[in-house]
Amino acid sequence: MVDFQNLAKMSRDDMAARVAADIPDGAYVNLGIGLPTLVANFLPAGREIVLHSENGLLGMGPAPAKGDEDWDLTNAGKQPVTALPGAAYFHHADSFAMMRGGHLDICVLGAYQVSSTGDLANWHTGAADAIPAVGGAMDLAIGAKKTFVMMEHLTRDGQSKLVPECSYPLTGKACVARVYTDLAVVDIRPEGFVVTHIIPGLSFEELARISGVTLRDGRIGST
Amino acid sequence: MINKICASAEAAVADIRDGSTILVGGFGNAGMPFDLIDALIAQGARDLVIVSNNAGNAETGLGKLLKEGRVRKVVCSFPRQVDSYVFDGLYRAGKIELELVPQGNLSERMRAAGAGIGAFFCPTGVGTLLAGKRETRVIDGRTYVLEYPIKGDFAFIKALKGDRWGNLIYRKTARNFGPVMAMAAAITIAEVDEVVDLGALDPETIITPGIFVHRVVPVAPGMD
Repeated sequence: MVDFQNLAKMSRDDMAARVAADIPDGAYVNLGIGLPTLVANFLPAGREIVLHSENGLLGMGPAPAKGDEDWDLTNAGKQPVTALPGAAYFHHADSFAMMRGGHLDICVLGAYQVSSTGDLANWHTGAADAIPAVGGAMDLAIGAKKTFVMMEHLTRDGQSKLVPECSYPLTGKACVARVYTDLAVVDIRPEGFVVTHIIPGLSFEELARISGVTLRDGRIGST
Repeated sequence: MINKICASAEAAVADIRDGSTILVGGFGNAGMPFDLIDALIAQGARDLVIVSNNAGNAETGLGKLLKEGRVRKVVCSFPRQVDSYVFDGLYRAGKIELELVPQGNLSERMRAAGAGIGAFFCPTGVGTLLAGKRETRVIDGRTYVLEYPIKGDFAFIKALKGDRWGNLIYRKTARNFGPVMAMAAAITIAEVDEVVDLGALDPETIITPGIFVHRVVPVAPGMD
């Protein structure tokens, strides 16, 4: 039995670095609010990767120095950012045409649940007193050429966020290509969840057990 | 002679009637036309339908209009924010109607209204609660859902500079919904930091051509 408390789970930064390493030179990328935002801190040197912000910016740069904030230059989370050389501003219809029209290469989103067919739930818990808010999540989920999800593998009470079928309201159907968790990297393929990486100290069988879903071992060298 | 310059925000919003649908630019506070909203609050129109990305921050701008009890319905993509407590309270008390629209559908539905498109099939939201019971259609192997235009009686937008023909340029990401909302309303009112002479804006760089703009109101820059 795995000692889950002492397992070397990936930190949020480790997960962000892992996602960033998979983003190729020349990619146009949208990073969702929350955990995915961290990916920007780990984009590999030597690659030109253009970040898209839904509110009308391509070529988004890092946060400005304190005192240099410009509140007309913000990101999807309404925090001040900068514009890199080569950046462009555009209106909302063009911004979402970039998603829906299949021009964005990758988007990285957070999630409550991902199903074995790539359904994504990340916008609404469905709780009676929750105020629903969707923003650009549904447009992004189905728009980018590849949708990556970044999330903790388990909920705080130990439930797997990889599920046979989402119980939370859907953001998009069959839209997720890959999930990066603090325990593993899991592709969504026609045959279902395929594990391509597991953290050291955790076996495939243990991962499958705590995930509670059917996993296939797609690691290089596995049979 | 064409002169769309209005002396004041008060004059620009004077003819807004109860029950009007108003498209309000801005993404959070960036591009929010605060002076026009303040003038609308003073003007008194009620029972309004507000179309905007968010549903107000704290008690300024839309938050203030909501607090005054003047809004019947909000059409937006993201009402819930750290400081959206005015909307949150009204919503939980059942005192305001919410139509939640994915952000890209919000902008494209307004673009459709401005472009004379009767409806369109869109892949966003297929299979989700927000697609409702609207018609779906499989086109070239992909499923789309029918979306209808959103048209405004008025649009309130914020721009950096405008001229007396209504030509506009914006500032950075404060552009956001301005250009599509300008197209989608019967009467578009732009508040601008600066009114410039006709011909001062380079035609190659005008973002919203004046044909989409009916009133231009100079406001003091940096007041927001």
